[in-house]
Amino acid sequence: MRYRRHALSLSVRRLAGVAITVAWLAWGTMGALAAGPDEIDRGLEQFRQMMTADPWANPALLDADRGAALWRRRAGPRNVSLERCDLGKGPGVVDGAFAALPRYFRDAGRVMDTETRLIWCMEHLQGIPAAQLTETPHPASGQPVRDLGAITTWIASRSDGKSFGAPFRHPREKATLALGRELFFRRSGPFDFSCATCHGTENKRIRRQGLAMLIDPAEARKVVGEWPAYRVSSTHVMTLQHRLYDCFWQMRMPELKLGSELAVALTAYLVKQAEGGVIAAPGIKR
Amino acid sequence: MSLRPPGSNDESIAMRPLIAIGFLLAIGVLLVAPAPMVMADSGRSAGPVIGERQVRRVLRSGFPALPAGWETRLVPDETMATCADIRGEVPKEIGERIKARERARIVYPQDGQFLGDWRRGEAIAQSGYGMRFTDTTAQRPNGGNCYACHQLSPDEVSYGTIGASLKGFGRIHKFRPEDARIAYEKIYNSQAIVACSMMPRFGANGILSIEQIKDLVALLMDPASPVNREEPAGGSASSAQPEPTQPAPLPQGKARP
Repeated sequence: MRYRRHALSLSVRRLAGVAITVAWLAWGTMGALAAGPDEIDRGLEQFRQMMTADPWANPALLDADRGAALWRRRAGPRNVSLERCDLGKGPGVVDGAFAALPRYFRDAGRVMDTETRLIWCMEHLQGIPAAQLTETPHPASGQPVRDLGAITTWIASRSDGKSFGAPFRHPREKATLALGRELFFRRSGPFDFSCATCHGTENKRIRRQGLAMLIDPAEARKVVGEWPAYRVSSTHVMTLQHRLYDCFWQMRMPELKLGSELAVALTAYLVKQAEGGVIAAPGIKR
Repeated sequence: MSLRPPGSNDESIAMRPLIAIGFLLAIGVLLVAPAPMVMADSGRSAGPVIGERQVRRVLRSGFPALPAGWETRLVPDETMATCADIRGEVPKEIGERIKARERARIVYPQDGQFLGDWRRGEAIAQSGYGMRFTDTTAQRPNGGNCYACHQLSPDEVSYGTIGASLKGFGRIHKFRPEDARIAYEKIYNSQAIVACSMMPRFGANGILSIEQIKDLVALLMDPASPVNREEPAGGSASSAQPEPTQPAPLPQGKARP
């Protein structure tokens, strides 16, 4: 994607695409609601096809543009940009970085995914306290994704078309992966749920929503690469860590801390399951 | 949502014996099939061993804003610790131990009645409210969120399929009082009926009250409940459809600019 050269014309094109999509979706939803069960499935399928038919109509692209600008903008007490941030491929290298994360970073002494690494860069390069970034990290319904999420969306979009390929060779990376797997199957809380309750069996739905069987690599490869994604139902971009935060809410677990070892471990498990899957970020979802 | 399925089920009558045979075969398969198999994920045994102490440390740091009394949510009880380690079928001996332990935790209604009010039951089945970190000052009673996983009333088309379809449950069980008791036990403590069931222990874990569980039993077992209506509200025969068709797969290879 050429962000710099045709920025103005692209933005206009995107806005027009977004408006058309919104009108289409409204029409498609009304059609589905007037029908019986089979028609509902067909209507929902039509709805999904409308969402993805015009790749320029994904509102997440506007957030990716915002993220690109934020990456280059001087900010924080030290008034520097993030252009020296090392996402694993050297300072300032963004292309393909998302596809190789999570990984172990020696300077930080821990395994990090994209969001966690960005927090680290904003703290260590720009001087922004991490606590400030993780206090209310996710947008409420109707609010745009926060700056950190917008930058994440842009970074992910710069691996669009590449495959998940984090090597998980370092002992700390292996340990994080094993931890993520353990956590995925752990059942606790008043509802006795684990991640596998919803994502461990083939072809299931919650209410009307299809569930991805994430323990099956073939299925993980299809869906993990669609995050960050624009969620039509909440009208904002959701990053993968925000999605996990919402899962834990539904599971009756406490608030997941952005950038925590817990969030990184589960992300590592999902990315490993999706290994070789093509990244199609940002995605768009119902 | 209250939506009516279309009224077309004009399958040839000559097909019915075949369908019946197919149905019986399907039941046979279900009876001998093991519990839902968990497919091989990416090599559990290959990685480093993760200890319980490490997991608890990671959970505590990952959930720093722990509301009062929520510490226990991070730690599985004996039954859940056992179930999390089992991939696939539960060994018989372990299963019997779990069921006996969990059965002892069931508290029965003092009046000996298992059926409450199905209308209240329907509201409880629809509600997903309660016990989330946004619900700490409870605004209304907890819900059972039954429709998230089960089909119940034919009027509700937005239902999940993680659990079995319960449409026609009371009718199928001929409204037997014994089955009302089993339904109560299953909702109160699912682990007493099926070891390592994926269903929450609504009574034993304090999600729903005894009265609420009775209302849910009425939703299942009361002849007047919509769950047991012979025909859907639209007056068609399509309630005979066992499962909705799965949505068509998404077209592959979405074009990118």
